[in-house]
Amino acid sequence: MTAPDRTVLVLLDTPAEGLRSPARELLTLARSLGTVTAVALAEPSEATLAGLADQGAASVLVVDLPGDETVGAHLTPVAAEALAAAAEHRGADVVLLTSSFVNREIGALAARSLSAGYVYDASGVTVTEAGLVGVKRVFAGTWDVECAPTTSRSVFTLRSNAVVASSAPVPSAPAVERLAVQPTERATAAVLVSRTPHASAGETSGRPALDEAAYVVAGGRGTLGDFGPVEDLADALGAAVGATRDAVDEGWVGHDAQIGQTGVTIAPRVYVGAGISGAPHHRGGMQASSVIIAVNNDPDSPIFEIADFGVVGDLADVLPQAAQAVRAHKERAAQG
Amino acid sequence: MRIVVPVKHVPDIHSDRGLTPEGRVRRGAEDGTLNELDENAVEAALQIVEALDEAERATSEVVALTVGPVEADAALRKAFQIGVDSAVRLGDDALTGSDVFATATAVAAAVRTLDAQTPVDLVITGMAALDGLGSVVTSLVAAELGLPQLTLASRLSVEHGQVEIERDLDGVTEVLSAPTPAVVSVTDHVNTPRYPNFKLIMAARTKEITVLGLSDVGLAPEVVGAQAARATVVTSAPRPPRPDVELVTDKGEGGLALADYLIRNDLV
Repeated sequence: MTAPDRTVLVLLDTPAEGLRSPARELLTLARSLGTVTAVALAEPSEATLAGLADQGAASVLVVDLPGDETVGAHLTPVAAEALAAAAEHRGADVVLLTSSFVNREIGALAARSLSAGYVYDASGVTVTEAGLVGVKRVFAGTWDVECAPTTSRSVFTLRSNAVVASSAPVPSAPAVERLAVQPTERATAAVLVSRTPHASAGETSGRPALDEAAYVVAGGRGTLGDFGPVEDLADALGAAVGATRDAVDEGWVGHDAQIGQTGVTIAPRVYVGAGISGAPHHRGGMQASSVIIAVNNDPDSPIFEIADFGVVGDLADVLPQAAQAVRAHKERAAQG
Repeated sequence: MRIVVPVKHVPDIHSDRGLTPEGRVRRGAEDGTLNELDENAVEAALQIVEALDEAERATSEVVALTVGPVEADAALRKAFQIGVDSAVRLGDDALTGSDVFATATAVAAAVRTLDAQTPVDLVITGMAALDGLGSVVTSLVAAELGLPQLTLASRLSVEHGQVEIERDLDGVTEVLSAPTPAVVSVTDHVNTPRYPNFKLIMAARTKEITVLGLSDVGLAPEVVGAQAARATVVTSAPRPPRPDVELVTDKGEGGLALADYLIRNDLV
């Protein structure tokens, strides 16, 4: 049941680079809700424009902000003012963002100034006779909740992997428009002193990004600091590598790998947790995974309570053996 | 230096959490606790004051602030145990059902009221409440107060009226800076909260909690609570429990069993 009269805005996370899968998921959802305008807070690349055409976006609104990086779009309140201005300019009914920590703030601040209803961390948006409804998983994936904005305008942030991205039946030729926005003094009251990209694990290892991956292999205290077996199975599966907070605090892996309610929230097709007890903190970040597999030498580990399949054993033995068997299976499949 | 630390009374994450038929978080007094991530905010505030010289310390105050019914006093008692100097609860029946915007309006109004008595230099919060996990109220409070926001700090310093934070997010490390007064949130990596000592635990039982109503902070009932909410919960239900785990004990072939599970379920 689509209503193409709705005007839907989608905030692009990486317009200067291209469309990553979370952006394509948002655009696919947006298309089912109405006419789509992408909002870019930086100059969109050729790859981004091509991706928007593939997604059938009607237009892209490039927001021009004055000043340098220290007071620019990397500041959350500035990005929020730019997004709200874009929504006003377009008369948007719906605004969609991906659900990172920063985007949840941007969405909240934009909704505040637009007097819009706000649903964060939705795993879907459905259309009902009464209006739009955001679907959410709460309490570490143990409850389903549907939230309906009571306002004419609404802002949603969407989790990764909530929607299957697909190309539009007919590609579009998105019109590029520009909008100049002058941030308020309040928005630039905190300035960016420096911004240092991490040496991305994905770039050096060729693994997918943790928050977008369909397969995740995660390690905890039971790895005793050796992530070799975890990485081995991850590479066999084409998975991202994740970790518990303990493992991050120990310095065994970088902060970007932390799964949990204060780290990355994931909902992959397959999650494998190795040497992870399954503390509530970690479960809060992965319990919405479709299939949960656990390897732990303690049969009483709480993670087995939420797992579909479990191996009681030493991960240093189990993971490499599983990796080898998965590789052998894939080779057989490739040879037909 | 006067620091306000907004804290939240939340259901213990180890308890059986759920929603009421009205779609609100079920809040039983027994399972309620100080939101664990707020302990980092209290600790951060205490450390800032403890680093001051004696004269400045003597005029400093760390105030824990919560919005909620009388049960929420338990969160303030815990904050007293860790070491805050005073505690304020904004409680009013009209606040029931507040969304993130109304909550921010209420917190900001209480901070404004405290500021009118003695100027507030910093508002420090935890990075999220473990029930809603939105991490948006801090940002909204800063907007309500018209103050700079410095959120998700994994490092925090305050010197000569200037706040600087470092934060790690989405593959990037940022350093942000702003003059006080400012609104800050800290992650669970910023410090390790101290354990309450026996003396403070005993003293916390009888410390005075200042209770304010909406009229005390200059808010009309219609701008908060369910009546002001911009979204409503239309349905809520616990998910069916997962089927029992298929458990294999490794006797040398556990890895093969794992691979076989993936293969026979068409997962590779």
